[in-house]
Amino acid sequence: MSVVTESLSTPEERLAAIPAIELMDLRVGYGRVEVLHDVTLVVPRGSVVALMGPNGAGKTTLLNVAAGLLRPTEGCVHVSGIHVNGVAPEVFARAGVCSIPEGRGVFPNLTVRENLRVFSHASSHSVGQIEAVAFEHFPKLAERRNQLAGTLSGGERQMLSMCRAFTSEPVILLLDEISMGLAPIIVGELYEKVGQLAASGIAILLVEQFAAAALGVADYAAIMRQGRIETIGQPADVVGSLSEAYLGRMSA
Amino acid sequence: MNLILSYAVVGLVLGCLYALTASGLVVTYTTSGIFNFAHGAIGMFMAFTYWQLAVGWHLPVPLALALVVLVLAPLSGALIERLIVRPLYGASLGITLVVTLGLLLLLLGLADAIWPPVTTRQLPSVFPGQIRVFGVVVTVYELMVLVVSVAIGLRILFTRTRVGITMRAVVDDRDLTARAGASPVRTAQLSWALGASLAALAGILIAPLQYLDQFNLTLLVVTGYAAAVVGRLRSLPLTVAGALLLGLVQSYATGYLPTSLLSDIGPAIPMGLLFIALLVRRQERLAAARLSGRRSRRVLELKPSLALAGAFIVFSLVMSELLSPGNLLTYGQGIVLGVVMLSLVLLTGYGGQVSLCQMSLAGLGAFCMGKIAGGHSILGLAAAVALPAAIGGLLALVVLRLRGIYLALATLAFAYSMDYLFFNHFLGFGGILAVGRVLVQSQRGFLVEVSVLFAALGVGVLALRRGPFGRRLAALNDSEAACASIGMNITAVKVIVFVVAAGIAGLGGALYGGWQGQVGPDDFQMLTSLILLLLVTLGGIDTVGGAFAAAIFYAFSPVIQRHIPISNFQLLAVGAGAIFLGRNPGGFAGQLTMVADRLRSRPSPVVGQEAPVPAEASTGTTITSGVEAVSLVGSH
Repeated sequence: MSVVTESLSTPEERLAAIPAIELMDLRVGYGRVEVLHDVTLVVPRGSVVALMGPNGAGKTTLLNVAAGLLRPTEGCVHVSGIHVNGVAPEVFARAGVCSIPEGRGVFPNLTVRENLRVFSHASSHSVGQIEAVAFEHFPKLAERRNQLAGTLSGGERQMLSMCRAFTSEPVILLLDEISMGLAPIIVGELYEKVGQLAASGIAILLVEQFAAAALGVADYAAIMRQGRIETIGQPADVVGSLSEAYLGRMSA
Repeated sequence: MNLILSYAVVGLVLGCLYALTASGLVVTYTTSGIFNFAHGAIGMFMAFTYWQLAVGWHLPVPLALALVVLVLAPLSGALIERLIVRPLYGASLGITLVVTLGLLLLLLGLADAIWPPVTTRQLPSVFPGQIRVFGVVVTVYELMVLVVSVAIGLRILFTRTRVGITMRAVVDDRDLTARAGASPVRTAQLSWALGASLAALAGILIAPLQYLDQFNLTLLVVTGYAAAVVGRLRSLPLTVAGALLLGLVQSYATGYLPTSLLSDIGPAIPMGLLFIALLVRRQERLAAARLSGRRSRRVLELKPSLALAGAFIVFSLVMSELLSPGNLLTYGQGIVLGVVMLSLVLLTGYGGQVSLCQMSLAGLGAFCMGKIAGGHSILGLAAAVALPAAIGGLLALVVLRLRGIYLALATLAFAYSMDYLFFNHFLGFGGILAVGRVLVQSQRGFLVEVSVLFAALGVGVLALRRGPFGRRLAALNDSEAACASIGMNITAVKVIVFVVAAGIAGLGGALYGGWQGQVGPDDFQMLTSLILLLLVTLGGIDTVGGAFAAAIFYAFSPVIQRHIPISNFQLLAVGAGAIFLGRNPGGFAGQLTMVADRLRSRPSPVVGQEAPVPAEASTGTTITSGVEAVSLVGSH
């Protein structure tokens, strides 16, 4: 299950070996219904893990636990090796977890600039720097800086929500279905940005239905089904069991 | 001195005061998403606190002012957020309404208990010689500067500072604010502190307009709501503009309307403007209902409901023999009020249409009964049903577009206007109106008569809920958008339910009059409507039993009052009850059913296995279940 670690000699190497996020033996329920059964997932520093699986497998639930919005009934969450169970989600955010929810990562009644202003809570940069970084990566947003985020197009909204990943320099980025409802060309652009973020050394855990887009950037892929992680490994090895997870096994 | 000009100045002063109170309301609404009905009461309470400090304990005015506006008010705002509001995030609108109304009653009761209205209190104005409404005002300048700087300060806070922008962000999306690293809890607390502070400032400045009086001061602050509605509860500049307009209209009405007319409609002007402002609002989009996880209760079948009705009549028969004349009077009063509350069960409990004016409709019923054919004819009773029903239908047509908080405000404005236009003066009772009885004249006989009527209406309301119309009503309560999308005629359903509920309320009013023998303007005040609504909610607004329990409590609370040393028992109990129990939408009856259900469906103790939901319960308990939803479509 766990990701390969080489033998460690120097303290720097040992520090770098602390995973960005560790989700250990998680059990999570909504009310009396348990939806995650004993899930363990480790995202090493600087690597990209794609989480895939059919609807209702528990992918978003797992991301919400990693973002601190849901508390597991059992198990624990470590961010950069620090135990963070039970703290408020805003503390997760300031500890370096940047989570971008599916389809609604912006405040619709705030302008683009005001959105960036709120994003600055989890960032060490000044507002001016944040705007500069955001508009450098997404020049389209600069044209719309005083427009309400709710009036942006779907793609622009997703860009704005992605700005948070660039401005807050997170340890781990949680992305939930950034392709949701967007044209393929825009999905391509967004994944270019995901690639950039990964290249800059940010660990990413992403949930995606577009298997091709996700596996293109992923170092590892995990397949979830019915609240359990069924398979985990290199993308090439996992692809085979992917259709099986979505469609069921061939033999009865 | 130019008369037109001096009225303009007076109007601007009033407008500025309204602007202060309205902007406080807008601040809490935009930053916590909860419409604070108790905003006026907080302002009232703080004005009294200020009186205590400045007049009662002779503190210097600036110190007392600073202490109240900058320390006590923000602290109590934060405390209110922590204890009362925080558990409400994500709750349905009905619950937030009940809880904040409960806070209003609680503060009214507390203020009344702490500062008994036996002595008259006059608050010194903060700027000496300034708020003299009917004289020419010179130092109005300072007040204007204050209001304008508060407005500008708020605007800067909300558009230029990070904390202000974060306050608005919390309303948009609490979770996302937390994901972005800001604490939604702290932010909301801060905005409640700010709102309370603005309410205090408004209360202290408005109070010198008249003698300090808990209820009037609360209402005076409420009139500012009209301005907030002009600003669509969001825009501060529009709110200030609306407030100034409101002040000017009121001032010119005072100046140019003939005195006789003025004394009648004067106090109703702000509420009239609130009503108009609500009606000309831009139509909001139909939003899909939030899934609250709420399950409506199983509706009693015909046989058990008949059995219970029979048992109730027998109980009343026994009571009519056993009770002393005094207690009999109280018991009967409970039952006739129960009839009025049944109308709330239908309208608000089943249909989800909040009404704060049922007592006004009941008053119309009593009026018809008393005025027509000598006060005790069946003709009068028929009119007592027909006229309120017609008015209710008219009201429904007028407020058709309004939902939720706006509907509640419109009915509040209607009730308040009725207090002044109808019950107090115009066509009203002019003091006391004798109301007679139909069929039976003796006290015990009439008790049995009203008991039979209550039982029959209870059975009828339940039957209505079980039938096709009841399903539509429940569907309307669940989601107007879904109803519209399957082609249901929302207008017809709304108008019918308003008409039927108003008719029941009118009948209740006629019986109330008959039971008392006479009615006066105080019997049907807006405040009574509020208390009744909260009581039914506490009892369980979607049950006939809840209405009955609430009515009995209302009737007997003066009796309880006689035996305990706390004054204002009724206000305090209802207020506190609404605050702490209002979160449970089922009320008292809901609690009982839940316990009963839990006992009935106790699962066999298999470890680690889900308790099976009984099939019967799952089809009966929720409107979205297959059976009811399909029949909803099919019956169309």
